[in-house]
Amino acid sequence: MVDQEHFEPVIIGFTCNWCSYRAADLAGTARVKYPPNVRLIRLMCSGRLDPTFVLKALAGGADGVLITGCHPGECHYLEQNYKALRRFLLLRRTLVAMGLEPARVRLVWASAAEGVKLAHEIETMVAEIRALGPLRWRQNGFTPDNAHDAHAFAVAAEEVSA
Amino acid sequence: MSVNGSKPKFAMYWASSCGGCEIAVLNTGLKILDVDAAFDVVFWPVAMDAKYKDVEALPDGAITLTLFNGGIRNDENVAMAKLLRRKSQILVAFGSCATEGCIPGLANLSPAREVFDTAYGTVSTENPMGVRPQPEVKMPEGVLHIPVFASTVRTLEQVVDVDYFIPGCPPESHQIALVIDLVIQALNGKAQLPPKGATIGAGASTVCDECPRQRNVKKIRAFVRIQELETVDPDLCLLEQGIPCNGPAIRNGCGALCPRAGAQCIGCYGPAEGVVDNGARLIAAFASVVDSNDPVEIERILDGIPDPAGQFYRFSLAGSLLHASRAVR
Repeated sequence: MVDQEHFEPVIIGFTCNWCSYRAADLAGTARVKYPPNVRLIRLMCSGRLDPTFVLKALAGGADGVLITGCHPGECHYLEQNYKALRRFLLLRRTLVAMGLEPARVRLVWASAAEGVKLAHEIETMVAEIRALGPLRWRQNGFTPDNAHDAHAFAVAAEEVSA
Repeated sequence: MSVNGSKPKFAMYWASSCGGCEIAVLNTGLKILDVDAAFDVVFWPVAMDAKYKDVEALPDGAITLTLFNGGIRNDENVAMAKLLRRKSQILVAFGSCATEGCIPGLANLSPAREVFDTAYGTVSTENPMGVRPQPEVKMPEGVLHIPVFASTVRTLEQVVDVDYFIPGCPPESHQIALVIDLVIQALNGKAQLPPKGATIGAGASTVCDECPRQRNVKKIRAFVRIQELETVDPDLCLLEQGIPCNGPAIRNGCGALCPRAGAQCIGCYGPAEGVVDNGARLIAAFASVVDSNDPVEIERILDGIPDPAGQFYRFSLAGSLLHASRAVR
């Protein structure tokens, strides 16, 4: 089924312009190694993160979504990262209710000086998603082939009509 | 029903639905006579006797207007959606089920097998032999076929091309009357139909926009179920009182009926114009008003929404971003 050896997780990472994007930048200039599975998208602030973005990433084939922002109390826009925190917590609850593993979304605070920390968090997340396997959200949905499954375990029809 | 074959033809069909949409059409009152005056009703199972083969016998595109209500739950629904698409010039997804899956769409949270377990195997069903419906049953007279149950509920648009969408569970009768008027005027060349894919018979804003309740800065320390409150302020925004009201992301057009009556909006008109996924928008709205910056306290407050998927996607799960992405035509 899942070919773990050849599975490379696709993770969409949202970074804030003022801290976590610079942390990623710092990791780069400092030659800190981290897995290339994360595709970073820069936002002005983690508070800009519309939960729609996360759903769109997962629906479009991502195996996980990383949300990053400034440390609490250090938001460039005063307290929008708290808003991101609350949205993240509610979004994660909703995704779990819809059948996703909670580890597929992750919130990380990283200051502009924490390139090493961000790299380490990305490493951890990639390892976790690798262990979970592909999300394959799109492929695991409706297929005309499994339509009969619901009927299959029933009492044989002949017995019923007898 | 008219016998005059020269009038434009009208059809209404129910797929996986409750019948409420049909009631809403009949609730338009005397407007229903306009339908009969302007159209030749060729197919409407709830109101008249016509067989599927009568529809099949029509030339393609023969029906001017088809109101299709109900979601796509089994292969009979699929076949009828495809048939009516072929026979209709204007196919309208009518009501919440056809546009976004509605309440039956919540079954998409469970495998089809569990749906059967609940329907045929719980205490409320007397079924000592554990009988389950079979797609084929051999009888002395021959083989009987019943529709095959699909693994998920799909919306009409996830199965065939749709021209217009009329949201609502059910659509409000005065909105249906407006749509009927519009179509009749368009047929007489007195009005133009909106572009294909438009949502008609509804507003373009949110329920909050139509709600007369007073709104201030929202700061919520606890979410409560409305029946747990001893008193509900009749003039103050319900969300401000901690009642999870879906108004902020839901399309208007109903006239904010529920909040006016003292009950929270549950979201039957679907996402407002421009909202891709009303669940995501509601998550953003609800989380923004939680009055705490402490993760532990936030989690405690969010415990007040015990069923977030049901709260945010009660009517729109099958049409939600995540679920729509896995529906194949």
